[in-house]
Amino acid sequence: MKKQMALSVIINQIMNGLQSGSIYALVALGYSMVYGIIMLLNFAHGDIIMVGAYIAWYSMTSFAAHPLLAALLAIVGCTLLGVIIEKVAYTPLRSAPRISLLITAIGVSFLLENLAQLIIGAGAKKVPAIFSGAPLALGAVKISFNAVVTIIVSLVTMALLTYMVQKTKMGKAMRAVSEDMGAAQLMGISVNRTISFTFAIGSALAGIGSILYVSAYPQANPTMGAMLGLKAFVAAVLGGIGSIPGAMIGGYAIGLAEALVSAVGLSVWKEGVVFAILIIVLLVKPTGIMGRPMQEKV
Amino acid sequence: MKDNYKRIPMPVRYAINFVLLLAFLLIVNELINNKTISLSYYYVILSIGVNIILAVSLNLATGYLGQLPLGHAGFMAVGAYASAILIKNIGVTWYTVPLGMIFGGLVAAIFGIIIGIPALRLKGDYLAIITLGFGEIIRVVLLNIDSVLGFKLTYGAASLKNIPKTTNFLNTYIVVIITCFVIHTMMKSRHGRAILSIRENEIAAEACGIKTTYYKTLGFVVSAFFAGVAGSLYAGYLGLLNPSSFGFMKSIEILVMVVLGGMGSMVGSVISATVLTALPEALRAFQNYRIVAYSLLLIIVMIFKPSGLMGRYDFSLSRILEKLLNLKSSAGKKSDERGS
Repeated sequence: MKKQMALSVIINQIMNGLQSGSIYALVALGYSMVYGIIMLLNFAHGDIIMVGAYIAWYSMTSFAAHPLLAALLAIVGCTLLGVIIEKVAYTPLRSAPRISLLITAIGVSFLLENLAQLIIGAGAKKVPAIFSGAPLALGAVKISFNAVVTIIVSLVTMALLTYMVQKTKMGKAMRAVSEDMGAAQLMGISVNRTISFTFAIGSALAGIGSILYVSAYPQANPTMGAMLGLKAFVAAVLGGIGSIPGAMIGGYAIGLAEALVSAVGLSVWKEGVVFAILIIVLLVKPTGIMGRPMQEKV
Repeated sequence: MKDNYKRIPMPVRYAINFVLLLAFLLIVNELINNKTISLSYYYVILSIGVNIILAVSLNLATGYLGQLPLGHAGFMAVGAYASAILIKNIGVTWYTVPLGMIFGGLVAAIFGIIIGIPALRLKGDYLAIITLGFGEIIRVVLLNIDSVLGFKLTYGAASLKNIPKTTNFLNTYIVVIITCFVIHTMMKSRHGRAILSIRENEIAAEACGIKTTYYKTLGFVVSAFFAGVAGSLYAGYLGLLNPSSFGFMKSIEILVMVVLGGMGSMVGSVISATVLTALPEALRAFQNYRIVAYSLLLIIVMIFKPSGLMGRYDFSLSRILEKLLNLKSSAGKKSDERGS
């Protein structure tokens, strides 16, 4: 009996890890794609998730919108926001030194957080449940409906993304621009449009991530994106920044590592462990699990 | 013509600056003593001092060395806790205040070496990432270390309280001057030139025989040292320390000061640290709008003037005096020529 209990606890923790890992993976994909294409650590990415959560909250509490409609609105809102940020803040700096671009990204992140705080207030808002259903029972183990939806949605999204990047024309353009921006332009690829499209896709993934996140932790507050973004970023680095399968692997690895640390009763060290993983990865294999070695050009 | 350009000899330059700094110190000290400057303004002045040290020291790593550390608050936290715990344990006597500062600085510098040597071998953004991770780890460790040690050291989220309030205007001012002086003279020395060359082009610098890893670590560690000193001043001024005040946001706040002032300009860092600390106090009523304006300003400055408001300009009183001297003498010479 005791053995069975222990087993169900372990499976539960693994499911928790997979659930948060799926969210990290989706967010990490956004980081990774943007980094792959313009070498920018988009610090505002985490805050796009926050905006998505607020859109979902607002449309459900103020217009009593159907949860799925709210989710759709959040995803569309995030996509638009991502593209606007890219056009307003990052495009003028295309030829500026990388450090300016990075600082601008930090500024945008700062701005979104503080605008949210100014408009909506610092207190956390309770987001109504988005997915409702009976938990899935596997013998003694009960898996929450949210976890099942989260894992399935993230897997389907990642499959679609992989198909798009590998098989469609736009995906080919994205790969070409990340390979060599100048050469891609010479081949007749519209670099600006491709970069905007990458931001749109990355932000849409963040939107999906935000919906999955608020279905797991049903509240929205102005700084919720900061820590989530940083962890997803660690996931992207762990998997190899710039690599799409890497971001997925990294996301699940970080989620499982967190669940493991919580399971052994050290949940206060959770964040410390995540960043320790980051430092170890950077020291041992800076390019991550799937990353390509970077060439140094004079 | 160039040979006739009158120059002020170095000892005189030092003397002029010293006299002016001393005069400023005495005036402000007098104003504080006879209560012309109220207590609340007094605290603003102290926090301006702490922020100047932080901004100038981060400027060494960001502006002069060209790296982007995002964990400056981590070094500050290490220095603050180290010196606070030391001073609490040995009590306050005349020598404990400088001792605490040096101890805080040294501990931060040791952390700087530990994190810097591996991190600085990596190129580009990885340094930003690794220092960011380091800053967060420091915060988590300070929060939870007590349960591992089994006795109370940092008091975690409950805050380290009852730290002797040893920071006053005099020692803050002296430390600010020393920080600026050390970093300024260091940048004018051979080692400073080496650091600048790394910013300009790391590969070319390496090809010229400059030990880039050594100089990067040097710049980074000196920067960490002064952040630790600033931390110990901060501890002595606030009287209580909480890990949450040394988060990622604090690092960003310091970075904003450096960036707005101008990366690579010491006077820029000093001015923007002063303005960005004093303005919020003056505009308390607009507290909420302030941070929004702050972040908008950061984006706008980056888009329109990426080098910051002051660029790389550095203020030199002697240079202006020399210009004035030569203006007068050349005017005099002209009238001489006309006469003959």
